[in-house]
Amino acid sequence: MRPENYQAKNQPPSHEFELNFGPNHPGIEGNYAFRVKLNGDEVLSARADGGYLHRGFEKLMEQRLWIQNIALVPRICVPDPVPMEVCYSLAIEELGGLEVPERAQWIRVMQLEMSRLAAHLFAFGGHAATTGMYTPMFWGVADRDLILDRFEELTGGRVYSIYNIPGGVRREVPDGFLERMSSLLDYLESRLPDYDNLFFTNQVFIKRARDVGAMTQEQALKWGVTGPNLRATGLKFDVRRDDPYLVYDQIDFDIPTEPGGDALSRNLVRRSELKQSIRILRQVIERLPSIKGPIRCPIPNPLAWNVPAGESYTRVESSKGELAYYVVSTGGDKPYRVHVRGPSSMHAVQVLENLAVGCRLEDIAQIMFSLDACPPEVDR
Amino acid sequence: MSSDIPYKDKGSILRPLKSLGFFARKPVTEPFEPRPAADSYRGFHVNDWEKCIGCSTCQKVCDNAAITMVQIPGLPEDPVLGVRNERPAIDYGRCCWCGLCVDICPTGSISLTTEYVHICREDELDSYFILPDPNGMHGEHFSKGWDKTEDADLVDLQQQPMGEVEPQQRDDNFNEIVNGFTSQQAIIEASRCVQCGMCHDSCPTHMHAPEYIRAIWEGNAEEAVRQIYRSNPFSHVCGRVCTRRCETACSIGRRGDPVAIRWLKRYAMDAVSDERIRQIAAEDKVDYISGKKVAIIGAGPAGLTAAFDLVKKGHEVTVFEALDKPGGMTRYGIPEYRMPYDRLDADVEVITSLGVRIQYNTHVGQDISMRDLERDYDAVVVAIGLQQGRSTRIPGSDHKGVKKAVSLLRKITQGKSFKVPRTAVVIGGGNVAMDIARSLARLQKQQYGEVRMTVAALEDFDHFLADPEEVTESREEGIVILDSRGPKQCIIDEQGNLTGLVTLGVVSIFDADGRFAPRYDDSDEQTHQADMVIESIGQMTDVSSFGEELTERLEWNRGRLKVDENGKTSEAWLWSAGDMVFGPDVVHAVADGHRVAASIEEHLGVKQ
Repeated sequence: MRPENYQAKNQPPSHEFELNFGPNHPGIEGNYAFRVKLNGDEVLSARADGGYLHRGFEKLMEQRLWIQNIALVPRICVPDPVPMEVCYSLAIEELGGLEVPERAQWIRVMQLEMSRLAAHLFAFGGHAATTGMYTPMFWGVADRDLILDRFEELTGGRVYSIYNIPGGVRREVPDGFLERMSSLLDYLESRLPDYDNLFFTNQVFIKRARDVGAMTQEQALKWGVTGPNLRATGLKFDVRRDDPYLVYDQIDFDIPTEPGGDALSRNLVRRSELKQSIRILRQVIERLPSIKGPIRCPIPNPLAWNVPAGESYTRVESSKGELAYYVVSTGGDKPYRVHVRGPSSMHAVQVLENLAVGCRLEDIAQIMFSLDACPPEVDR
Repeated sequence: MSSDIPYKDKGSILRPLKSLGFFARKPVTEPFEPRPAADSYRGFHVNDWEKCIGCSTCQKVCDNAAITMVQIPGLPEDPVLGVRNERPAIDYGRCCWCGLCVDICPTGSISLTTEYVHICREDELDSYFILPDPNGMHGEHFSKGWDKTEDADLVDLQQQPMGEVEPQQRDDNFNEIVNGFTSQQAIIEASRCVQCGMCHDSCPTHMHAPEYIRAIWEGNAEEAVRQIYRSNPFSHVCGRVCTRRCETACSIGRRGDPVAIRWLKRYAMDAVSDERIRQIAAEDKVDYISGKKVAIIGAGPAGLTAAFDLVKKGHEVTVFEALDKPGGMTRYGIPEYRMPYDRLDADVEVITSLGVRIQYNTHVGQDISMRDLERDYDAVVVAIGLQQGRSTRIPGSDHKGVKKAVSLLRKITQGKSFKVPRTAVVIGGGNVAMDIARSLARLQKQQYGEVRMTVAALEDFDHFLADPEEVTESREEGIVILDSRGPKQCIIDEQGNLTGLVTLGVVSIFDADGRFAPRYDDSDEQTHQADMVIESIGQMTDVSSFGEELTERLEWNRGRLKVDENGKTSEAWLWSAGDMVFGPDVVHAVADGHRVAASIEEHLGVKQ
């Protein structure tokens, strides 16, 4: 029974409601969430809700010896761990004045491109799954596994290779590795038409992805977008070319761009980069046998290694974009401060929040996967 | 749009039919069956327990604190050899298989394998915590994966080279041979240390070597001196002439050169001013006077170390020294080119600056009796060392041209004149034999312009007693060293002059029971021309100081004074320490000095 003084409150009819998208959701990469305000299935606003993967990497690094961090940094981006190791090593090499032997530099380029291939396969597989296409997802993951087999052979570890240390790499390339790598590249190249057939030229994908999460080049620059996402707005910017590191200046490769700035363009850029990475790897395989010499320069005893005081900022082109390490040393045996510029920390926060507005609920997953945002890079 | 993607805005209606082509293809997903891992795979650990010395370096580098050192009773434990009975156990709940433990292992005992499957059943919840042995986690003998390679070795196996004066510049003078480390070299050398502490365990006086090496690496020489003075007031001396058991035990020495711990100590001591060292040494001296008096006989390392400890506890300490300078054998037995006197003086000055009084030229037994000391002091320490040379007792060894190495060395130090032989033979193969041969060779060079010096040692070069560098440097200075030669007799001509020594080839030195009983090959006889023969086959104590009555009362063991584990004799007021108890070794003497000081401190405390 209602109280006597009851009066129904007169409210306008509304379809607005809030939805927690993630942290445990198949449409989210890793453990990450969005608090989405919807009107029906139209997104009115989205708030990035990170922190679920926060393990305090940057703070943790201050408490560990310089060398111990090489086992920690790959964890900041699981699908693409090699750039983390290389970039961290480059920073210490710059501080410590270490000369990395040329052979080690070529081996690093090889791993970086292997890692890029693996990450891009993973990314397109993931995107396919968000549009309901599961076969490309299985293909992406299964073909990535073949690259992981080669990582296992080269580095002893499949996902976290922990193979780069300041001064170079930890092991010589095994006998016959380059031949096996070469036949893997043949296989991957033969798969590209299959990927195109089933996914990249598939109308289901094209129609779903076109104009979804589109940004202009101007917006992209304003929001700090880098990597394939930036190149998908038509800007030809790649750290490998514009600020070359290691031996990238000795390698021929193109920088694919797309004009659209939408989810479709971003995927097409990645698809073109698959081909470029294969091209780079073929050049490495050709050059590496003729580059003799050590794979590492001597480093001090890791238990008693004071890296000279100073600061360094090193950047590499990871599969997600511009990855950088800002490392400060006060001359001690541990870093004073390490800051990781994870490209995904821009892509998954301000970019996604902006791009999601106005789109439909089911497109959030697509946008996130097309940005290839990696939540642990946000929660460093 | 990119040219390499056959992208079209509109799809063909027949396009789905393309998928039919995949029907006949093998699926891309992997078959679900076990697969052998790659050759350098980082799977579960194995550890070769024979090679592992329990140094715990793996534990230190482990970035996840996954390694715990576990004591295994029954495994060998020997501080002198640098072996502990601890082995690493791995918590696979923490391990990330980075393999840093493998790359840094000083011995190369630990490696990762190609084994990667482990299933924890309900009743085996702790089965992720394992103690790897050579058989691996499940005893299934998987092949090694990530193993130690030269590329990946994180241990620096090479010592910093120690600069030395060239033979031509040193063979006619007594200037110090070794240059010492520069600060840069010292820091690099100190950085090689993995802080395992094997050196600390093996050192007779348990010097805090890991701590002072760390301090040197940090560029803090004063802190290094502070750490050094925790356990050794004779550090200028030990930084130069220590027998350095630490370096024998050093875990880096398992596969490469050990850390040059002795030279690092020398560096730290030389890097800090004598004045500052005296201040640092006085930091833990008590600020009261106990009223107790202790007499110490002999101003050598053992006696002065005991004096150092006792004076810091507020006792009044008087040291009686028969000779006119302190240092004992470190001054009168070790030539100046190895142990410069000013550095020895610096060590002693630290001790005297704390209030220890040294009464020189006072021979106990002649100038003052033991009975007087017993009456006037609360405790007495005898640390008179081994000043008398032993004789070979071969025919002719009682000739005046046959000398004992220790007495000749003493003469050289004291600057007493004697006729330097044109040609001489030294009998013996230890460091003292090298000392006298090299000292005389210098004098020969000074007086005659040439060296005619032979050393005849019983041992062969594979079992030589003297340090290898002594042998090398002696040869550089023109000394002939003969191994496996035993003395037969001295040759004395009709005028009664010594003209040479006859030696025989050695067949064996010890008998079946391991007793010293050399056997010679009579057919292998050599005559060495010499106008002086020097016996350097060991030393013994001059016990005349004690007086007959006390000698009678004390307990003896084969000519050495018998003491308990604290250096206490059978007399309640009398302690003994140093070479006379344990045989010749500086750092052992220092350790012994600390031991008796602690025992006396306890004794004096009880009486209060």
